[in-house]
Amino acid sequence: MISAPDVVAFTREEEFEEEAYNEPSLPEEYSVPLFPFANHGANPWSKCSGSKFTKDFILISEFSEQVGPQPLLTIPNDAKVSGTFDLNYFSLRIMSVDYQASFVGHPPGCSYPKLNFVEDSKVVLGDSKEGAFAYVHHLTLYDLEARGFVRPFCMAYISTDEHKIMQQFQELSIEFSKASECLKTGNRKAFASELEKKLKDLDYTRTVLHNETEIQKKANDKGFYTTQAIEKANELASVEKSIIEHQDLLKQIRSYPYRKLKDSDFHPYEPECALDQANASVDQDSTTSNLDDPGETHLYARMPSYTPKLIKAKSAKCFDKKLKTLEELCDVYFFTQTLDQLNQIEKTFRGDVCYLLTNQICEALLKQQSITNFLFEDKSVLDEKAAEKQYSGCQGSNQDTVNIKCLEESPIPKVLISLESYKSSVESVPIKMEREIEDSREPEVTEPIAFDRENLEYLDADIKGSISSGESIEVLGTEKSTIVLKKSESQASLPIHPSPQVVRSKAVSRRTISEDSIEVLSLCPSESLIPEDFKASYPSAINEESYADDEGRVIHISPSLNPSNIEEMEGNSEQEKLLPVDSACCIGKESPNFLEPLADLTHKHCDDDGVVSIPPQPYRQVDQGFHVNFTDCSSHDVVSGGVLSYELDPHYLSSREASRISLDEHSDSTSYVSSAASTCSETPSPAHPLSHINERHKKKAGQNALKFIRQYPFAHPAIYSLLSGRTLIVLGEDEAMVKKLVTALSIFVPNCGVYAKPVKHWVTSPLNIMDFQKWKLIGLQRVVSPAGVNMLHSLGRYSRYISILDADSKTLRCPLYKGTLVPRLADHRTQIKRGSTYYMHVQNILTQLCSKAFLYAFCHHLHLPINETETEESIASRRMNFLKLHLGLVNEDVKVVQYLAELLKLQYIQESVSGINPMLRFDYVPSFLYKI
Amino acid sequence: MLRWLMGGGREPQGLSEKSSMQSLGEEQIQNPYTELLVLKGHHDIVRFLVQIDDCRFASAGDDGVVFLWNAQTGEKLFELHGHTHKITAIAAFPSSGACEEKNHLILTASADRTVIVWDCNSGREVQKVSCFHSTVKCLTVLQRLDVWLSGGSDLCVWNRKLDLLCKTSHITDADISALVELPKNCVAAAVGKELIIFRLVVSTEGSEGWDVLEVKRLADHQDNILSLVSVNDLTFVTGSHVGELIVWDALNWISQVCDCNTWDPSFHTVTQQEIKLSQNQHEVSIQHLTSDAECVFAAVGKGIYVYNLQMKRVIACQRTAHDSIVLHIARLPNRQLVSCSEDGSVRIWELREKQQLPAEPVPTGFLNMWGFGRANKQVSQTAKKMQESTTTYSLELIGDLIGHSSAVQMFLYFSELGLVTCSADHLIILWKDGERESRLRSLTLFQKLEQNDDLQLRF
Repeated sequence: MISAPDVVAFTREEEFEEEAYNEPSLPEEYSVPLFPFANHGANPWSKCSGSKFTKDFILISEFSEQVGPQPLLTIPNDAKVSGTFDLNYFSLRIMSVDYQASFVGHPPGCSYPKLNFVEDSKVVLGDSKEGAFAYVHHLTLYDLEARGFVRPFCMAYISTDEHKIMQQFQELSIEFSKASECLKTGNRKAFASELEKKLKDLDYTRTVLHNETEIQKKANDKGFYTTQAIEKANELASVEKSIIEHQDLLKQIRSYPYRKLKDSDFHPYEPECALDQANASVDQDSTTSNLDDPGETHLYARMPSYTPKLIKAKSAKCFDKKLKTLEELCDVYFFTQTLDQLNQIEKTFRGDVCYLLTNQICEALLKQQSITNFLFEDKSVLDEKAAEKQYSGCQGSNQDTVNIKCLEESPIPKVLISLESYKSSVESVPIKMEREIEDSREPEVTEPIAFDRENLEYLDADIKGSISSGESIEVLGTEKSTIVLKKSESQASLPIHPSPQVVRSKAVSRRTISEDSIEVLSLCPSESLIPEDFKASYPSAINEESYADDEGRVIHISPSLNPSNIEEMEGNSEQEKLLPVDSACCIGKESPNFLEPLADLTHKHCDDDGVVSIPPQPYRQVDQGFHVNFTDCSSHDVVSGGVLSYELDPHYLSSREASRISLDEHSDSTSYVSSAASTCSETPSPAHPLSHINERHKKKAGQNALKFIRQYPFAHPAIYSLLSGRTLIVLGEDEAMVKKLVTALSIFVPNCGVYAKPVKHWVTSPLNIMDFQKWKLIGLQRVVSPAGVNMLHSLGRYSRYISILDADSKTLRCPLYKGTLVPRLADHRTQIKRGSTYYMHVQNILTQLCSKAFLYAFCHHLHLPINETETEESIASRRMNFLKLHLGLVNEDVKVVQYLAELLKLQYIQESVSGINPMLRFDYVPSFLYKI
Repeated sequence: MLRWLMGGGREPQGLSEKSSMQSLGEEQIQNPYTELLVLKGHHDIVRFLVQIDDCRFASAGDDGVVFLWNAQTGEKLFELHGHTHKITAIAAFPSSGACEEKNHLILTASADRTVIVWDCNSGREVQKVSCFHSTVKCLTVLQRLDVWLSGGSDLCVWNRKLDLLCKTSHITDADISALVELPKNCVAAAVGKELIIFRLVVSTEGSEGWDVLEVKRLADHQDNILSLVSVNDLTFVTGSHVGELIVWDALNWISQVCDCNTWDPSFHTVTQQEIKLSQNQHEVSIQHLTSDAECVFAAVGKGIYVYNLQMKRVIACQRTAHDSIVLHIARLPNRQLVSCSEDGSVRIWELREKQQLPAEPVPTGFLNMWGFGRANKQVSQTAKKMQESTTTYSLELIGDLIGHSSAVQMFLYFSELGLVTCSADHLIILWKDGERESRLRSLTLFQKLEQNDDLQLRF
């Protein structure tokens, strides 16, 4: 399984080219019919030959314990989507790469069944024969009736374009994590309530059995038991055992850390909050359900909603029962939420990868234009940032820093780096998540302290659970968790301060992690969380570990003071590293050359993990692992100070090493992302629906604008009016027509601030001066009545402030325009056909305009004298010169730039001050009447 | 402009420029006000504006609320609540000297028969006087004596601490509608058709007390005196509802050389004509007077007249300066005149001096459509007469400010900061020089950049 050839190789660039892969497909609008004589791959436009489907889709499949891998549903839910593509076969493929050898039932040394709190795994795989590539997100849901209580599922994003999967991996991972988290939340809720019902049943059964036993005892006073009585007693005992087990399960599932679950955000329409799921009623229609108890007792339960039922011990063939559907497994609400999110994902990643990438880069760049971007950019794009901030704000400083940094820091390197890192890793790479860091950290921040402990216990248990072989690992895990706990406490005060405990924790966790990352590479189930009261069950382990680690601790403190100790410490960690490597079963299948450097790497990586208590590093997620790889361990303190900005420096690495590291780095970042994502929202990110609405709006506006410029010969002066801040009134009787014109023209209206666009689509009351101050584009109703006369009167009165576009008589009254800018913006002979294309064209030119305005507004010597003797006139003439010669503006174009610059100035000055009315600027210029 | 197309007739031929309402095209090169800021706050007619210092002013009106504003930023500084009725008079009471720190007070009188003293720096009510028998209709501060006067049905004299120093007996005929300070501790009060001169004398008993004596009653006006303004130490001017303008000697209170009946034939005829033409008294009532050293500017009905004290005649006039009654006029330092009117517009005029007969008028734009039949001819004749004799003056419209949708009650000129207008549409508009504002913003921008240390290159 692990060495499955289908798992897509992370190849380096050179090797990649050799392999003559299929070229990425273009978005439909660009694609042209295939050149009939072209060989496969000869032209860059050719579509992937092998694929049997055309569009990307999302597939959800399950590894059913009865029938094996089976596809459940596709998004979009349409038979056409997959075409002739064999979903069953592909399900088998994607399910087969799941590493989760679900750990079932009673862990050694524990008498009760344990739940696996399994983390999701993310894998990229490809089937070049089928021409299908997929990002596969594995997750497990709990089902009381399932084997080991778990049902493995996976969600796969399937595309014909390998590049797309590779380059969008991070984004896909974030989005799918959100969806998965949502699904799992619903599942936990459903599972808990199912457990409760089960408990009630058991309780009832016990009472019944108890009574029966009592009766038999009384009936039978001979002093020795009949077979029947013994049977009853056994039954009773098993029921009692079952009760305890179920109670334990319930405790486990309930105490699952509900991180980042902001209930108000999450399900606004649901009165009960997810935290007291105990009381939550599940709308799930649980009719007859079979129960498969891992404790060998097969109990049969018939559970109508509330009345407890008698449970009879009865062994049922597990193939007889009907497994719950996915929908039944989760709360309906969460299920639909998840579907929505998946639909959203499908929409988001629709189209060609270059388009997606460009969009991402563009958005990121726009965010950097903090001074000018408010002018013409979409609110949503900018809002996203705010929303993001808000999100992360709720979950504490760690995420906060990272999220914001990620957004703010240069995005282009990001793309490049991730590209690099993907390509460079040849080996099949399950991208595994190291959740330890985040796991331990997030709850600290977001959850009340009380939660912490529990959570951490799970955490430690998780590690134990994940390692099915080797005691040392378990020990390590335990140790780590203790440390984490300590850390969480110390973090409150000063995370950087190296208290002995923390230091010890570093050393230990380092080792632990190295273990973990090996597992990752070897596709071992790594992050299953087994709740456990570790102090009770593994006291010896703790002691052992802490003693064993003494040495490491001492050494570990010193490096921070003395760099010479680093080597020593590294050696030490080397030893430590050797110690836990026992999961031979996993490693064995790996190619040896792969393992070797990796071990080295992982030990380094673990140092990174020593930094558990510090916030995620600011520069970028990707750099997190990276950094640690190169800075010595002693830099912990520095790192935790957050002074980290590591740039990818190829000189540091041999290419091979680099590839390893980037791989590792990548896995790390992924894990980080996933956890971050899960922390901040299970709800669909609000930006997405918005952006989609905007997409439509843009298209429509662009289309209307195209029509406008083709239809009206006086489009130029009208647009000039808008760009120069003169309010344009669209006057007409027909509301739809006016609104359409307003929509078309609104793409040319500069925003006056970060608030809504100053566009009013439809007004029926007479206007006054305040309206012109507030709105720059107004659709006004023409009324044929005395009131209408009044309105026209007011228009006449204020004619100096406004341009009037009469939609009924097709006239425009506005100042003359003779510049060159608007003709470029709105050429009526333009070849652009599509609305969205035209919208982009407009954005393009407006962005150029913005940069000119920025230059003009922020050029010091254009506004202030160079020396004291300089007169205002000479500055003014310099200003004009700059506008005309340097910026190449002609005639009225000057006014456009001046107006935009004025807006920029205002925005910059008033950034902090809000609520001040924008002033109305105007010129005393004659207006002319244009007619068609 | 649609308005003209709808309502206006064709322009009558042969009208001289002076008689018809002058109007401008849309290009107003000399009009510096290219930026405006609407200040919202009042919810009734705003009638009064008073300057507090270089950059602050107060506004008051029928809603009984007083607002303090920053004239530069348009920021609302304070909202002063205290009066229950509309405000009838407002006056700034500047600090008396260097002794204490700048302590700006304003006095407001209201129809609720109270006068409140406000502290402009803290926005608090300092004191409230409510012992009036009638509404106080005017307030005057005599800075020299550090007292202030309130005029209603009687005249009261108060000191800074709001002690009533003295008061006159009840004036039976009418209430005091206007007060003006005259030399020698005298005050002229307009009471109906009469002008009463009061003199403040040091009281015999108290050390600080004043007594107020009625010195003279002047009954030269035929109708109610609407405006009263002091020109200089030697003269003051009154204007009445029927258009009488009388220039008085400030020392002996006799009407100067030109008395009411004979003082200027041209002006007089004009007013007579007006009365005949339209029965509307408002057409000739002198709403407001203002003056500089040599001229008196009168807002007469819809027109503006400039009366030269030396030449003792009207040297320039715009008979229909506005579409409706001119409510307030003021002289700007740069030979400009600003007028505001019930028609909701503010106009800026320039008094131009011409040595010769002017070549036929500058093009007036396409809105030159208002005509007044015979009267126009008369005036054009007189105008010609005047032109023949000596240097002529003319009032040229150089700009108009349109923003209010109702009568502009008053305005305040803040030299560099701009012009503040208040109106019956509840709004106050701050008119600013766009160029200057732009420069200022650039300045602030670079200051802020420096402050934020953003001038360093950031990558």
